[in-house]
Amino acid sequence: MSRRKRCNLFNGNQAKGRNKTMTLHHYLILSAILFTTGVFGIFLNRRNVIIILMSIELILLSVNINFVAFSHYNNDINGQIFTFFVLAVAAAEAAIGLAILVAFFRNRATIDVEQIDSLKG
Amino acid sequence: MVVDIIFYAFAAVTALSAVGVVSSRNQVHSVLFLILTFFSTAALFVLLEAEFLAALLVMVYMGAVAVLFLFVVMMLDMDATDLRQQAMNHLPTGILVGVVILVELVVVLSHAHSHGEHGAVATVSNTRAIGQTLYTQYLYPFELASLVLLVALVGAVVLTLRSRSKGAKRQNIGQQVARVSAETVQLVQRKSGEGA
Repeated sequence: MSRRKRCNLFNGNQAKGRNKTMTLHHYLILSAILFTTGVFGIFLNRRNVIIILMSIELILLSVNINFVAFSHYNNDINGQIFTFFVLAVAAAEAAIGLAILVAFFRNRATIDVEQIDSLKG
Repeated sequence: MVVDIIFYAFAAVTALSAVGVVSSRNQVHSVLFLILTFFSTAALFVLLEAEFLAALLVMVYMGAVAVLFLFVVMMLDMDATDLRQQAMNHLPTGILVGVVILVELVVVLSHAHSHGEHGAVATVSNTRAIGQTLYTQYLYPFELASLVLLVALVGAVVLTLRSRSKGAKRQNIGQQVARVSAETVQLVQRKSGEGA
């Protein structure tokens, strides 16, 4: 029963006319814009850890948009399942990242990335 | 067509608020823009008929992750303006990398051929379809994801736990209540001009 919505790429004539003009490309380009914004944000705020973490969230969100868009247009539920795992990992990453940030800020009273060089030797 | 208008509206809000996240001067504004990005992405998920994921995005991301960011931003009283000033010399590199990535993605996407229409209409609701797949075919990855979240939970607590044993003074309520004024307050009568 899990195969009920399995991938079937070329049965497009069964579509009921929903979303007829919105193609996969629209979502992929939106996702590309989000991804680029995230990468750009990492460079623009290279010293602020919080903004870098938020940029990583943006990048993961663009990946999620890709997964859901492919899942919709290929009619395959597995893409949405994988989005779950991306969400779980993103939530774990945000929690751990912010915890490290809080612990670091307590010790050094700064969140400047370039001050985090104790291991540089 | 109304779906087009909805898509372009929410896509524009998503892209612009993502730009707002990375370019806002105030960090609280950045977090609020991040929440707006999540919300408009949830609307796009509804458009893609992924209603359950849209609800999940609103609850987990906007309700938990973004609020976590907001707590941390407000709890750490930091001054980010000088960080921003010094970061401006990374701007050319950032623009270069961003433009290169965007051009690459657009080139790749414009050469890919789209299948256009989607396939058969779903016979069950989105939530039911996800559940039927997640709890059968992906049961072990699902359990592993819960383990990842547990490790993250324990790790976050361990990382931020402050050990109060060394050096820190704690309030001892019993000792505080047991104090009597006769033992602690001393009235001293001095003649004027003698001093202590």
